[in-house]
Amino acid sequence: MSINDQINEQLNKDNIVLYMKGERMMPMCGFSATVVDILSRYPVEFKTYNILADDDLRQGLKVYSDWPTYPQLYVKGELIGGCDIIQELHQSGELEKILTEA
Amino acid sequence: MMDKKYIQDQLEVAFPEAHVIVSGDDGAHFHAHIISAAFVGKTRIQQHKMVYQALGDQVGHDIHALSLTTQIPEEAQ
Repeated sequence: MSINDQINEQLNKDNIVLYMKGERMMPMCGFSATVVDILSRYPVEFKTYNILADDDLRQGLKVYSDWPTYPQLYVKGELIGGCDIIQELHQSGELEKILTEA
Repeated sequence: MMDKKYIQDQLEVAFPEAHVIVSGDDGAHFHAHIISAAFVGKTRIQQHKMVYQALGDQVGHDIHALSLTTQIPEEAQ
């Protein structure tokens, strides 16, 4: 399976997917930790993938999304943003709408 | 070692009419605030992609971490 097929499969399987550095319980980067913290405040389930543990995924997803950094949050297969955008959407209240409609 | 002046210059070339402020003094972590009419009509995702494209492969490599604030002129008033 190509890396793009693998990513499509992951995004089809779960509505809310966070690609991050480290594990949900032990983020390896402050930006990933921030996004996990924000998502945890909403009553929604989200799937995380540790891109540090899979270099093919780490490189492939950057090309797939045309987005060079992590974390990356996807809702229903669509890239919502990285840490800055998630913080902004959280503060403006838009994130609640995006997540609860997922 | 990356310095903020270099990032500032790159962004000013890419967004000539923009207001650009780059901060960060540790050589790896930076914040860029860009106010540009080029962002009008773009989603936040598209705006950030434009900034990443201006900096090319350096984001994630020489620039370890770059947090972004992008605004259109109306938002910055």
